[in-house]
Amino acid sequence: MPVPFDTDSKIQQYAHPEVLVTTEWVAANLTTPGVVIVESDEDLLLYQTGHIPGAVRIDWHTDLNDPIKRDYLSDEAFAELLSSRGINRDSTIILYGDKSNWWASYTLWAFKLWGHEDVRLMDGGRDKWIAENRELSKELPEITRGTYPVIARDDSKLRSFRDEVLAHIGKPLIDVRSPEEYSGVRTHMPDYPQEGALRAGHIPGARSVPWAKATNPDKSFKSRTELEALYLGEAGLKVSDDVIVYCRIGERSSHSWFVLYYLLGFTNAKNYDGSWTEWGSLVGVPIVQGEEIGSI
Amino acid sequence: MSDLAAKLQTLATDFAELPVNERLNLLLEFSDSLPEIPSRLSDHPDLLERVVECQSPVFLTVEVHDDIVNLFITAPKESPTTRGFASILHYLLDGLTTAQVITADDDIPDSLSLSEAVSLLRIRGMRGMLARIKRQVAEKSATQ
Repeated sequence: MPVPFDTDSKIQQYAHPEVLVTTEWVAANLTTPGVVIVESDEDLLLYQTGHIPGAVRIDWHTDLNDPIKRDYLSDEAFAELLSSRGINRDSTIILYGDKSNWWASYTLWAFKLWGHEDVRLMDGGRDKWIAENRELSKELPEITRGTYPVIARDDSKLRSFRDEVLAHIGKPLIDVRSPEEYSGVRTHMPDYPQEGALRAGHIPGARSVPWAKATNPDKSFKSRTELEALYLGEAGLKVSDDVIVYCRIGERSSHSWFVLYYLLGFTNAKNYDGSWTEWGSLVGVPIVQGEEIGSI
Repeated sequence: MSDLAAKLQTLATDFAELPVNERLNLLLEFSDSLPEIPSRLSDHPDLLERVVECQSPVFLTVEVHDDIVNLFITAPKESPTTRGFASILHYLLDGLTTAQVITADDDIPDSLSLSEAVSLLRIRGMRGMLARIKRQVAEKSATQ
């Protein structure tokens, strides 16, 4: 039997309410059969300091990436990863994490490349759970190994590569990085390490909508009305647009992609995970510096 | 074998012999045991240097008295990995002579079998801390 969706009134406003749950819902479904709770953080040791009881960890860097090339896991390795965490193809996966769910969004987006149907994000993530004084556990859960099938990853619908981005210039692009990264004052986000882009600025035609504008102070998503004002109003997008989002390595833009695709119902929103660490080092591609969106 | 080399070898062996998940637990033990900085420093953050290579706000300073190095590092509890890195460096370097710190191997962060557990990208922050510690010690020992 499918796991019931969250009927919370805020969540019901969104275009796809089936992909978001509240902390209350998670607290009430810790032991619901078929539910696997997964923590994905920037700082992977946070899981060790205490996690939602029963939650397993999947790390964006050490688990989801291929150990050699810059890409995600092979299909076989993905099936092994999920099986090792007790996940089956029909499991309901609840993702949460630190930093307003950046990395949990990234993990969700990656899971969608393999077409896992029922993945939901816990609104507000780890910080909201802790702020509400909800239970944390340091115990590692006893995992009953899953039997996740080997599924061919489909990069065609949700993921953009550099040649596609180059051909896309002139159509809607959203740069979700900080204003300083967008204008080219810096190549990495404030307070973060330099990760190897050789040039600073943004892709011509990209509008700046920093990811954090979509969140409330408690790290939850803003209401649908507020998000529409931001993306459909200020940024001038239409839900029918073919839009690509990017940031530095694809994590913050996964958060914005989630907003566009699931909360506002864009059907042609893709994440360019190569993002600035690729574009800012590519030979010969156009770059704009300054606050103007620019053109070729 | 110097104090540092012996300590480092023991620690490297401790990490290497543990399964990956227990390496994280040992790192967390270090994280929990990072000494608080004294109020004379916490009340004057201008005396501390920001470690910009770290993803979280990490600040450090060194003091040199009679050629002995004392190390002070602060990192938020919400960033336990970074605190763990800071604590390991404190454990290894605090109380050594200036010459021992200045000649410490830049590759210490890579010698602890942590890249598989936490990824090379994260270890880069620890290299940044070590480089800044060594630079400060060199500057402060030269002015004494």
